[in-house]
Formats: sequence, C-alpha cells, structure tokens
Amino acid sequence: MDSLPQQNALALLTGDEAVACAALDAGVKLGTGYPGTPSTEILETFDKLGGKAQWAPNEKVALEVAIGIAFAGERALVTMKHVGLNVAADPLFTVAKIRLDGALVVVSADDPGMASSQNEQDNRRYALAAGVAMLEPADSQEAYDFTLRAIEISERWQVPVLLRMTTRVCHSKTIVRRGTVTIPAPGPAHFEHDFPSRVMIPAYARPAHVRLRKTLAQIAAWNEQSGPDQVITGSSSLGVITSGVAFQYVREAAPEVSVLKLGMTYPPPVEKMRAFAAGVDLCYVIEEGDPYLVEAARTAGIAVEAAPESFRFGELNTLRVRRILEGDETPEPKRAPGKPPALCPGCPHRAAYTILKELDCIVAGDIGCYSLGVLPPFEAMDSLVCMGAAIGVGLGLRHALPPEQARRVVSVLGDSTFVHSGITGLVEMIYNPPPTGHVLVILDNGTTAMTGMQEHPGTGRTLDHAATSKVIFEDLARALGVPNVFVVDPTEEPEKFRKIIQSCLDKPELSVVIARRNCLLAARSIREYERRHEQQTH
Amino acid sequence: MNSKPTNVLIAGLGGQGVLKASDILADVAFSSGLDVKKADVHGMSQRGGSVASDVRFGERVFSPMVPPGEADFLIVIAPDQIEVNRASLKPGGVLIEPSQIDESTLPNKKSLNVALLGVLSLHLPFSAEGWTAAIERNLPEKLHDANRQSFELGRAAGQK
Repeated sequence: MDSLPQQNALALLTGDEAVACAALDAGVKLGTGYPGTPSTEILETFDKLGGKAQWAPNEKVALEVAIGIAFAGERALVTMKHVGLNVAADPLFTVAKIRLDGALVVVSADDPGMASSQNEQDNRRYALAAGVAMLEPADSQEAYDFTLRAIEISERWQVPVLLRMTTRVCHSKTIVRRGTVTIPAPGPAHFEHDFPSRVMIPAYARPAHVRLRKTLAQIAAWNEQSGPDQVITGSSSLGVITSGVAFQYVREAAPEVSVLKLGMTYPPPVEKMRAFAAGVDLCYVIEEGDPYLVEAARTAGIAVEAAPESFRFGELNTLRVRRILEGDETPEPKRAPGKPPALCPGCPHRAAYTILKELDCIVAGDIGCYSLGVLPPFEAMDSLVCMGAAIGVGLGLRHALPPEQARRVVSVLGDSTFVHSGITGLVEMIYNPPPTGHVLVILDNGTTAMTGMQEHPGTGRTLDHAATSKVIFEDLARALGVPNVFVVDPTEEPEKFRKIIQSCLDKPELSVVIARRNCLLAARSIREYERRHEQQTH
Repeated sequence: MNSKPTNVLIAGLGGQGVLKASDILADVAFSSGLDVKKADVHGMSQRGGSVASDVRFGERVFSPMVPPGEADFLIVIAPDQIEVNRASLKPGGVLIEPSQIDESTLPNKKSLNVALLGVLSLHLPFSAEGWTAAIERNLPEKLHDANRQSFELGRAAGQK
C-alpha cells in the first residue's frame, strides 16, 4: 500500500499494513525494529505512509531506543518476529516495572507452523513471564483497533503493551475501516527526573515490582469490565473460549457454538471465562500454539476441554478445529510437499558453499538465505541455532574437537546477521582464541536478503535507503586486532577464495574472510541507491 | 447462517505473479462490495519455491485460508505444481491451467497470471470494467496494455 486509506473508508489491508495505519493515526513518534518474517512490512509501510521508521542493529537496541522515546513522553512502536523478542527480553522484563510517560507498544509476530523461522515458540508466555499486558488481534481490523487500544492502555497505566500477532494475521488481507478507534493526540515531549521510577537499582526495583503487580490487578479488573472481547451467543451445550486467528476457524468450523473471544489475553479475564464456561454444558479452549489459555483457565479452577497434544504443533485451520471439536483423533492428512526454496541461480552464496564443501569444512552456520546451504546440492552447513550463533558455536567446536578436526571448523554468517549478533562473537574470538585459531566467513551480499532486501548498518543506508554512516566489516575486524583479514568476491574469483580459505585453515591464527558480492535480487536497487547518493553529493 | 464463500486457490512458483494475481482477484471482489479475505505466506517463497495464495469472498468470510478440499477454483501457473495442489479442489471444482492458454499469443510471458484470471472471470459475477479497474490499480501503468490484452486473451480462450 502506498497511501493511507481515507478516514472511515474501507480498505483491504494486511494486518501489518493495518498496524502501520494505526501507528500513523496515533501520531507514533518513531517505529523501530529488526526485519523478521512476518513482521517486516509494518515498519516498511509506516515509512511509506510518512511515519518515521528505522531499522535497529537488533531487537534489543530497537526496544531500548523505544523505551527512551516513551521516557520522553512520546509514542513508540517496536516490531519484531517472535524470536526477536528473545533478543529484546532483557530490556522487556525490566521496562515492565518502570513508569513510562509516553506509550510503548511491542509487536511480537509469532510464526506457528514455522513458515520462515527456526522455532515456533508461543510469545504469549512472555506477557505472563514479564508481566506485560497483551492484546491479540484476529484480523486486520483488530490489528488496527488493538494498536490504538494498546497505546491507550500503555498511557493510561504507564506500562508497555505487547501486541501479539501471528503469521496469518500479519499477512492475510482483510477489510479495515480506518478511524473506528480514536485516541487523543500525544502530548509534547518532556522530561522530569524521577529516579525511583526509572532507575532500577535494587532499592527502587523492589517497590517497582510491587507497583507492577498492583497495576496488573487494575488492568485485569478493567479487562473483566470492558476488555475488547466478543461474545457470540449460540448453543448452550457447547462453548469455545478462543483468541487471535483461531477465532475465525472456530466460527467457520462450528457456526452454531457459543464463543467467548478474548482480545486481551494477559492479564486474562478469568471471571468472564468462568461465567462463560458455567453457561454451557461443555467448554473448549481452542488456541494456536501452547495451551496458554487452557492453563490460565485450569489454574483458576475453570473446567475446560483442551485439544489433544498433536494440535499444539503447526498452525490451526478450519479443518483442524473441526477435528478438535468432533474428537477426531485419526491421523491428519499430510499436504503434498511443494517445491522447496533454493539459493537463486547465480547467488553469490552458491560459489562460497561449493568451495567450503570441497574443502570438507565443518560449518557452524547461521540465519539468512544462506541457511539454504544445508539443503542439497550443497549440504554444507552443520548447525543453525539463532542469530549470530555461528561464531560462538564455531569457537566451541574448535575448543573441544581434536586438532585435526578443529582445524576444519569455519563460522559462516551473513552481513545483517553479523551486525545483529555477530560483533560480540567476534570480540569473543579475539578474547578467547582457540589454540588452532579460527576462520570467520562473512557472506556479505549487501542486504538483509531473506526478509526482502532491508538495509542494515553495514549497507550504509537507512530504512528508506538514504545514505548514512556505514559499518565497514574489514576495518572493524582489523581494529579488533584480527591478524588475517581478506575481502574477496567468491563468484568472480572462486580460486582466490579457495586459496584464502585454505591458507586460513592451515594456520593457527584468527582470520576473517569477507565474501563480498551484492545479492542478485538486490543488485539493481543497490546501484540505483548509490547513483542517487552520488548525484546528491556532487 | 450466511451462504458459503467462494474459494479460489492460486498456485505457482516464486516470481510467477501468484500474489499479484490474488491481489487483483481480491480487489475486484472487494470493489464489488463483498467481504474478502486473502492469505499467503511470504518469506522463503522468494527463493523460487512453491507459492500459493488463497482468496475467499462472499457475504461473510471467517478463515482467510481455503480449507483443503474446498476450493471452487484452482488456478495453477506452473504446470509442475498442478498435482501438488489438486487435492485442494472440491469434487467438481474447476481447474484453470496454462495449457488452456496459447502462451505464444501473450504480449509477454510474465502476464500468464492475468490471462488465467481472464479464464476465471468467466465463472465469476464481476463486470469486465471491474476487472480492468482492478488490474490497473494493481500494476504500474506501463504494464496496463499488456495485461488488459492478456486478460482478454484468457477470456477468449476460456470460452472455447
């Protein structure tokens, strides 16, 4: 979408686009985050619509910047995929207890079924663990409405709010009417000292925790009274408590049943759930992912039926919900596998992997397009854990393996991943070098390719592709004292790349090899951005 | 209860315009005043893998995804993706595939997706003007002529 829909007019939007529209309507001062499917389009759309959006090096930094915005009395939006919240968990758990002056909305876009992720963790658990109020939209209209509500709740109780989305809510297009929820304009930016509220030394953090629990009790009472729930009155024999996109499947699979659809799932409105369950003969909880609401209900002593364990894996859909309600436990039909993704023909990663495989390397890998190097014909990546893990895992292997094997270990990660979480790994490498040395290969294709060509601090361009300061990997490695630093284009000069890797493997020293060639899909745009910048500076 | 929505599944490979075709279809249904939902999964599909997009429209639509075996129409842009997706069709559902179009007559190969929408349009109650407007809203101006032409070729081919 390129322009904002008219106020009160209908538009067909993805959930991500709807969040961006709401952020604009709320006067959000800054949107920040790190690209990650399915959340990436929120900030891209916010920028296109005229909002101020920027990519941070990683989710932790993004959340910290947003906290500062909220300390200044302004409204901040932070976006990330579910695993991004692991990176941002450290500030999240403490900011939950800090009094905010502005608004802080954290979007966690979960990926049940793992369309494009390394795990299917259910981030509703974070709301419970950190004590952060949470809203769960079920379609694009709710994505719009709940973003505004989240800002309202954040300002009213001076706490951060988690907007928990999932792939189908983020990426499905559904009809949105803009302007259904309106909130007052943000106040002016300001700052007053308030040491006990914002400085979490133990003496101030102890009362802050007590204050948080009191605030959560107030929010829970509000949620019981006027939370954004929906009740469908149907059959008195069967009722379903649900949230998020699962609501849609329930309505389609069993249009006749009574439904309590929760909008705010932390703190959950347990008395409302109790009353609903008491009004039907049999009450199911149907939710995607972990049995989060099931546990909330049962902890409160509400008797509910849950789906069998097998439905915890993967996404739900109309058919699966029908099976749950019918108690059908026969094996589910498997979808025929489609054509798997592969590295593009001409992708610079192909040349690099071909040679790493020929040299019989043990490759500690990482997250990005180059993760596809694990698949045939390469089968040249031996591990993938989380963003930046290539370096630490590679070092651990070097420390533990017998020397003849240790000498074959190479850490491989991409440019955006290196900036996200690899720099601290590189510091570890020079601080605690293994006796056999180590080789780090940065596959620098000049973009965050996997999520759709986003900029990062190593490209020297901001989210909207304007020029800014650039992190130069070879300078950084040299500044840290890495003795062997090479830059090579493995597609243009495969033999040179092979020789460099071989010589690095052969010596008990530290090496950083930057395999630099722009992503095939991004190369044209990158040339265009560079040309534009040249014109501006000459 | 409201009448059931019309279910369309569009499938192909990354780069074939699956998502563009489903955007155009969702737009034409939306513009005619119906409830519409469209589901697709982004991400890995950019790397040449299978792509599928579900479009559902009617008086009221709940799930954005077409339940397996309930598609009224299945459009497949890549011939090798037909068997993979055939099970999505309901008994008696309509399969629309590239063999119905003489690709040599297309103004460019990239517009096969829109030509197949032309075939689909014969089965749906939307006006020709509605389709043209949706095509134009979803494509840059320089591609309008070629895609209008492809859409007409598809309509003609579908009538044979």
